[in-house]
Amino acid sequence: MIDILEQRKGQVYDDSSKPFDISCEKNSVAGSVSQRACVFCGSRVVLYPIADALHIVHGPIGCAAYTWDIRGALSSGPELHRNSFSTDLQEKDVIYGGEKKLEQALLELIDAYQPKAAFIYATCIVGLIGDDMDAVCRKVSQLKRIPVIPVSSEGFKGSKKTGYVAACRALFKLVGTGSTEGIRKHSINILGDFNLAGELYMIRDYYERMGVQVVATMTGDGRIDDIRRSHGASLNVVQCSGSMIHLATMMEEKYGIPFIRVSYFGIEDMSKSLYDVADFFKDPEMKTRTIDMVRDEINAIMPDIKKYRKLLAGKRAAIYTGGAFKAFSLVRSLRTLGMKTVVAGSQTGNKQDYELLLQLCDDGTVLLDDTNPLEIAKYIKEKNVDLFIGGVKERPVAYKLGIGFCDHNHERKKALAGFPGMINFAKEVHSSVNSPVWKLLKK
Amino acid sequence: MKTTEKYIVTRNACKLCTPLGACLAFKGIEKTVPLLHGSQGCATYIRRYMISHFKEPVDIASSSFSEDTAIFGGKQNLFTGLKNVTRQYNPRMIGIATTCLSETIGDDVKHYLKEFQHEKDMFYIPRLVSVSTPSYTGTHADGYFNTVREIVAAIAQGGETQPFINIIPNMVSPADIRYLKNVLADYGLDYVLTPDYSDTVDGATWNDYQHIPEGGTRIHDIIKMGAAQATIEFSSTFDAAKTAGRWLAVNHDVPVHQLDMPIGIQLTDRFFKLLEEVCERPIPVWHKNERGRLLDSYVDAHKYLFGKQAIVYGDQDFLVSMASFLSEIGIIPVLAATGAKTGRLKAKITDVAPDISAKVRVLENADFVDIAEMAASLKPDLLIGSSKAFRIARDLNIPLIRIGFPIHDRFGAARIQHLGYQGTQQLFDRIVNAVIEANQAASDVGYSYM
Repeated sequence: MIDILEQRKGQVYDDSSKPFDISCEKNSVAGSVSQRACVFCGSRVVLYPIADALHIVHGPIGCAAYTWDIRGALSSGPELHRNSFSTDLQEKDVIYGGEKKLEQALLELIDAYQPKAAFIYATCIVGLIGDDMDAVCRKVSQLKRIPVIPVSSEGFKGSKKTGYVAACRALFKLVGTGSTEGIRKHSINILGDFNLAGELYMIRDYYERMGVQVVATMTGDGRIDDIRRSHGASLNVVQCSGSMIHLATMMEEKYGIPFIRVSYFGIEDMSKSLYDVADFFKDPEMKTRTIDMVRDEINAIMPDIKKYRKLLAGKRAAIYTGGAFKAFSLVRSLRTLGMKTVVAGSQTGNKQDYELLLQLCDDGTVLLDDTNPLEIAKYIKEKNVDLFIGGVKERPVAYKLGIGFCDHNHERKKALAGFPGMINFAKEVHSSVNSPVWKLLKK
Repeated sequence: MKTTEKYIVTRNACKLCTPLGACLAFKGIEKTVPLLHGSQGCATYIRRYMISHFKEPVDIASSSFSEDTAIFGGKQNLFTGLKNVTRQYNPRMIGIATTCLSETIGDDVKHYLKEFQHEKDMFYIPRLVSVSTPSYTGTHADGYFNTVREIVAAIAQGGETQPFINIIPNMVSPADIRYLKNVLADYGLDYVLTPDYSDTVDGATWNDYQHIPEGGTRIHDIIKMGAAQATIEFSSTFDAAKTAGRWLAVNHDVPVHQLDMPIGIQLTDRFFKLLEEVCERPIPVWHKNERGRLLDSYVDAHKYLFGKQAIVYGDQDFLVSMASFLSEIGIIPVLAATGAKTGRLKAKITDVAPDISAKVRVLENADFVDIAEMAASLKPDLLIGSSKAFRIARDLNIPLIRIGFPIHDRFGAARIQHLGYQGTQQLFDRIVNAVIEANQAASDVGYSYM
């Protein structure tokens, strides 16, 4: 029997006979075993895919060690981002301050790796020991003539979402510092795709086939020089809105660049993210090209989708994601496969997100904000789910209870975005849900 | 700028932080939930890291600091955390480890825990054991050893000597722990093995969700550790005066035998010989035969390994025992590299592998970029250590033998055996076959015999 903690009851909506209400966007409850990480994590996951920048974690070793090459964000060129650099603060640094060490670390790494820019991530103790990161960054930037950008990502200063904001502020310092020469009218920036399993390559290709110029990709397969001139694009196309919406908003305010929110997961959302861009440019030829392309792509995958739909129809799923926006796409994708979502939640959703999520799902769906392993176990058992979609930390909970699992997070190695991604998704769901191993377990 | 040979910055660390070691130790005590006193991220990152290795639920609570907590102190969050863990998990013990954040703001956790005993709204207060693990000191290995000592020091009591021994392994695999228990059972010895995470992070599937996975050293058993006949602990480079075994010796007069982890024939012989002395019984025939088979396989395969060069890296105590083992089978560990800094590694390797130690370069405070750079010039035949040198192995096109922690790119990390004749046999077979596989893959002929 699993009880919900008193302080968490408002963050769980499990009784559809009651009017909808959920509290969210709160600090994690101490002792709850939240699945969230911290501010640092938010900044690190957003910025780290920028492949030709130096990423230095200023703090003791743990924060850098646990995030070394953690997310599988691919690069078509340099791979500097796949390293984990840390000032590895020691006791004496904590007593006497770590500024000197940071400065020397920056100088030697910039000399060794010749990056286009450097991001310095603050960890919990940096402010407490009195390090003036801004001053060090300014000094090194002048000396080495590259942008050296402090990221205010002290772990305790909020949630993962706070870290997204800090990352966006860091990016915004670069935007507007490059030449916009050669940027066409029909141009976009892709925000909020991190090129896991090479998904960005596919998305960029779709837009290019439509006749749209992609200026900067933030941050999947990201490059500093592209980001510096990204204010020349006509439109920001924002996925994973939790992490990049702040940057899009700042760019709209300062440079007048409008943005649209999209998702590249599932047939419906993928198609819409292409149509919406075509509609924005009001170019009839582009629209025709887009319609043709989408039709061809969908025709190519439909026979397989139909096959998987037969194998999966009626199965029940639970979803737990970082941002809520991805959950919407997953509910729709599951529906494409004839599956029902009966439990849905996210680490960082807001109230509007959850309202929309509830509308998308079938009646009786349980919603969870910033949940924990025990609550996950309770509801996947009570709701008798066949599949859990989440990340590494949720997987063993599902498996222990004999439930299938799809990693829709860091560890995916096959693209789940784009049209072929829908096939990969269906295949992965099928290979878990319909595996013979479950027959050996007593349910 | 002063250019130094060694980079001031750590590039791809070959170590983890102290709280991780603390969490693993706490996971080895029955009905215990670890709680990290600091930011939410510390607990989540460490969970993620351990889950990727063990492929099991690893629940670690956090006192989830906010900005206010960092300014006004962590007492209230710690209390809330302890109460919620108690309500949700009904644990017998909560293991509290500090982090760099709570240490830097000067939280006095031991004092807070005393105060917590007077909290009025608690129907039941589990046993609370705390350890100081600021991540700016030492590595995960220090976190592990310090936590085991603090657990024992907080719980163990003295008393008249009883016929059993204490055994304190190192950061070994769950399968190693199960093996050790079998060995002791085969000798007919009663024992208390602390910490025992062999079931808690490597168990069966469940019908109902277990709040805390079953298993772990029973607290009832830890209480009697002060009355044991002897303590055997596997510890090579951690400060010998600060181990749990030494604490029991000083405080309860339990004789302590500090051995290197039994890997390879010579170090395993020492362990079995000690067991024979302690219980005055000869080696059980099953183990004698295992030793025989191991030695026989050494002989069968010796030519494939003689003169091969390996780079070993990771936890210092593993490096010591691996150096001894490799020296027995003709492999030269041309580099033994570790992220830790004890200053004791070179001497220990010389001690256990005197014949080859002149050829072993020992690098403390090393990171994986150091290792990659040295590998490029040393041109070893194989790498032995965690999964984190995979890219080096791929660049050099040489085999990587995965041992120890972490192994994030393979299944079965919890089931890898390293210790004793049995574990050595497994390591030996894997190493020799990796060498043969590399030869076979590089050959145009496609031999079907060796």
